Amino acid sequence: MSNSSTSDLLKPFKLKTKQQELLIRVSILCLVYILAFITRLFSVLRYESMIHEFDPYFNYRTTLYLTQHGFYDFWNWFDYESWYPLGRIVGGTLYPGLMVTAALIYRLLHFLRFAVHIREVCVLTAPFFASNTTLVAYFFGKEIWDSGAGLVAAILIAVCPGYISRSVAGSYDNEGVAIFALLFTFYLFVKAVNKGSLAWGLASAFGYFYMVSAWGGYVFIINLIPLYVLVLLITGRYSMRLYVAYNCMYILGMLLAMQIRFVGFQHVQSGEHMAAMGVFFLMQVFYFLDWVKHMLSDTKLFQEFLSITVTCAVAAGGIALGVGAASGYISPWTGRFYSLLDPTYAKDHIPIIASVSEHQPTAWSSFMFDFHILLFLFPAGLYFCFKRLSDATIFIVMYGLTSMYFAGVMVRLILVATPAVCLISAIAVSATVKNLTVLLRSKNKVAQIGSTKGTSSAKASSKASLDQSQPFQKNGAMALLFGAFYLLSRYATHCTWVTSEAYSSPSIVLAARGAHGNRVIFDDYREAYFWLRQNTPPDAKVMSWWDYGYQITAMGNRTVIVDNNTWNNTHIATVGRAMSSYEDEAYEIIRSLDVDYVLVVFGGVTGYSSDDINKFLWMVRIGGGVFPVIKEPDYLVNGEYRVDKGAAPKMLNCLMYKLSYYRFGEMMPEYGKPPGYDRARGVEIGNKDIKLEHLEEAFTTSNWIVRIYKVKPPNNRW
Amino acid sequence: MEARIRARVNLALTFFALLFFVAGSSPPRQFVISNAERRIDLSSHIINVHLTLKVENAGTRPASEVVLALTPTEVDHLAMVDASAIKGKRKKTTSLRLEVKPTELPDAPPIDTKYFTIYLANPLNSGESTTLEVLYVFTHFLEPFPAEIAQSESQLVFYHDTALILSSYHIKQQTTFIKTPSTKVESFIRMEPTNRVGTEIKYGPYEDRPPYSISPIHVHFENNSPFAVVEELVQEIEISHWGNIQVTEHYKLIHAGARHKGVFSRVDYQSRQSSNGASSFRYLLARLPPRVHSVYYRDEIGNISSSHLRTDSLKSELQIEPRYPLFGGWKATFVIGYGLPLQDFLFESSDDKRYLNFTFGCPLIGMVVDKLTIKVVLPEGSTDPSPVVPFPVEHHLEL
Repeated sequence: MSNSSTSDLLKPFKLKTKQQELLIRVSILCLVYILAFITRLFSVLRYESMIHEFDPYFNYRTTLYLTQHGFYDFWNWFDYESWYPLGRIVGGTLYPGLMVTAALIYRLLHFLRFAVHIREVCVLTAPFFASNTTLVAYFFGKEIWDSGAGLVAAILIAVCPGYISRSVAGSYDNEGVAIFALLFTFYLFVKAVNKGSLAWGLASAFGYFYMVSAWGGYVFIINLIPLYVLVLLITGRYSMRLYVAYNCMYILGMLLAMQIRFVGFQHVQSGEHMAAMGVFFLMQVFYFLDWVKHMLSDTKLFQEFLSITVTCAVAAGGIALGVGAASGYISPWTGRFYSLLDPTYAKDHIPIIASVSEHQPTAWSSFMFDFHILLFLFPAGLYFCFKRLSDATIFIVMYGLTSMYFAGVMVRLILVATPAVCLISAIAVSATVKNLTVLLRSKNKVAQIGSTKGTSSAKASSKASLDQSQPFQKNGAMALLFGAFYLLSRYATHCTWVTSEAYSSPSIVLAARGAHGNRVIFDDYREAYFWLRQNTPPDAKVMSWWDYGYQITAMGNRTVIVDNNTWNNTHIATVGRAMSSYEDEAYEIIRSLDVDYVLVVFGGVTGYSSDDINKFLWMVRIGGGVFPVIKEPDYLVNGEYRVDKGAAPKMLNCLMYKLSYYRFGEMMPEYGKPPGYDRARGVEIGNKDIKLEHLEEAFTTSNWIVRIYKVKPPNNRW
Repeated sequence: MEARIRARVNLALTFFALLFFVAGSSPPRQFVISNAERRIDLSSHIINVHLTLKVENAGTRPASEVVLALTPTEVDHLAMVDASAIKGKRKKTTSLRLEVKPTELPDAPPIDTKYFTIYLANPLNSGESTTLEVLYVFTHFLEPFPAEIAQSESQLVFYHDTALILSSYHIKQQTTFIKTPSTKVESFIRMEPTNRVGTEIKYGPYEDRPPYSISPIHVHFENNSPFAVVEELVQEIEISHWGNIQVTEHYKLIHAGARHKGVFSRVDYQSRQSSNGASSFRYLLARLPPRVHSVYYRDEIGNISSSHLRTDSLKSELQIEPRYPLFGGWKATFVIGYGLPLQDFLFESSDDKRYLNFTFGCPLIGMVVDKLTIKVVLPEGSTDPSPVVPFPVEHHLEL
């Protein structure tokens, strides 16, 4: 009695297969959404809710300004605190998407009466957008393959280290929202191409607008989409759908992008954006030819017409480009663009780009580190894509191949390749697993059918006989399935490990293991910045290498000479020259820049290796690039960079060496080693008797990582 | 309804004299001080002066108001004055706190003396005598000289006072003891009989000094105790419906001693700690109520990792270390926050009112607070809040 009543009660809750599938899909997506968020919280749990690295500090500072002063002040903000004495027009030289997004989230939370600090919003923006990216990946996968592939893509991208590296909590950088915007734009565009609908085209234009407002990487979109369209045109896949999607996206996207001050008229004036315009005109030619073909019945006549028109169009385009470039209306490609196409370009021509570690060519190990099994699944996915070629799969193949190339050129662009790699790998996983399970289940079915209905169905019997010819097929499929799951579980373990070990340290606070296994925290950066903030005059000018510029302005609240927005190479070269000159010469430069304090980062006591002495050769190179008095060989001994007794005399007496090692010779950082033993480089320093004439030590942090010197006023001459 | 009570205390109680205007009714000459002993403790930047007076009524009528006299500079730096009457003899003494109020007296002598009146519990009959103990606490009273010192120098300060106790009464016998923190005394003005033993300088005994006699002296001595001054402290006490009190304290700390001059050398500071940066300080100790939880210590740019919390059933001690050692003139701002169980501090009375019983002041030990603001954020639905503070404060309500 009770049994029957409960089953009656449960009856309305019994779901059909389709509903069950939907339920499973939605719950998986929800879990993935949460997983993508919480896997990025290692740094908050281990350290604290803080902003990481260098650039995010600028973003944080501007967001703070935006929330305090409002949008118009932010848009018109002239920052006196950086690039002294030039200043920086902040509103016109940044991509405001990130700051506006964070400020909107902040406003929304306050409207809902959650009194959160803007810092918390900034810290959690990247994980939040990473979660959103997983949703987009699901829909994108669904669009190009099926919902199974979409789910797998969502799971893969949620934990992929290549993406996590730029989207952990605290890494408040443009890329955090830009990858979401990038994938979203691509998804909307592919959807528009598939549907041929103006609405989706419009949506993709707005997606593109958001991307342009968020990151300079939008150039990738504006070149990939025309390339994709060109490939479709060449392979004879031109359609009205494509025409509608591309034109709508290009025209509206371009107009919208012009609203971003930093981008301005680049869409019609810069060489990097010309491909899109060329393809736009080519589309019109195609449309026109289509129409003519429709009107003309004579094929021969059309062939002739076609050749004339295409020749004319190409010639006109070529002439227009030539005239534009020659007259200076169309600016040539920038150095950054060149360095993407040619990996060796930056090294020879733009040392300031080559000096950044994330701009180096990628090593194989970092591919393995960031992609793990995806690296092997990627070619398999490409195979499946080619097997089932459609407009959408062509797009993802092109996206995957081009972004993989760029990922090989620059380490940081692994980030751009990650969504494509995840999607293509997801296709491989999904298709393989589906094939295998179909194999397993169909055999069961055949056996069932065989037992119940005998050998009535001819089809079934033929299939059964086929299966009998391969007796180990089921076992093989089972083994392969287990293998796939094993690999995926390895992937999950690897991703978690990488996230926790490699990508979750804030780099402001350094942690090390002490002698007794306890955790030792080196909080020297903040110690120094806070000292600057509290104990120097509010208008003090601080000179340091450009890496620390954003942090000094954001945390120290003091004016800097150069910062991470490396827009003025000469200014940076001047600082590089000051650092690599003798103290007397450097003092002249320092006086001319009106500097009050000089800040250097020194790792000799702690063994912190990314300090200024290790960056010093780049200062010499960048300085020497503008001021030929600085010559790199003067600082080297037989092409070798040394700081010990055998170092070059100029090296031993340049300002950077003096400031880093001032009074270090009296110090015994390691037991059993001579005094003045540099732990970062493992040598005893060559110049222990350093006297400073024009500068004096103002502050050194407890582990010596940051040293600040005060510039003395000039001596009275009479 | 959210109500805030804002109270502000100026610890230099100068304006008290203006606020509490009590006209002197009786001429104060009625008493004679038969014996006065003054012990001045200069071991930190907060100066404690213990004054023991044996007061005798030499007049004809019973009197109950004893007047204390202070110089205007002393009043400017006076943080607290407290008086008690000593009863009994030898070991069986009990002390009774007496009321002290600032007073204006008309017959001020040439030096611009300020007065405080002690109200005795029972009027003193003619010929009777009683013993009073007075405690003065002065802040910002030591003058660093030289005003700027280098890292390796230790801090020398001047203490100005008078060898004879300023009083509006005749003092038959008086002695002053000045305790310095170390034996290193650069100079002091003698007024015989004066002698110095160890860390103590003794002035007196002086016999039969008429009212208002003074004799300026100074002591120039070494004082390396932390001159930690909180320029401004804003304390927010937020009462939650959910059984919690959240306290947030915003500090603006400064080293108010001799200013640091020239170089700060880390190598000297680390390797020769005894002779270097003697006047600087690194650690601060906050004594928090017991059962404190979720303690944090941070500043504008994030958490400061150098802090330790020790808790037991009677108290919690939070040891904090600013990001850098503080030398003369260096500043640091920080925030301490903690949660407390509501039932320890909130009490219900029978008339359907609730009382928050909270200690007024700064939990950091050895600290001078120049400006203190306490904000009490009451839970929603509270009405008619009123503060009860044992000394006058400025307060207002924000809605």
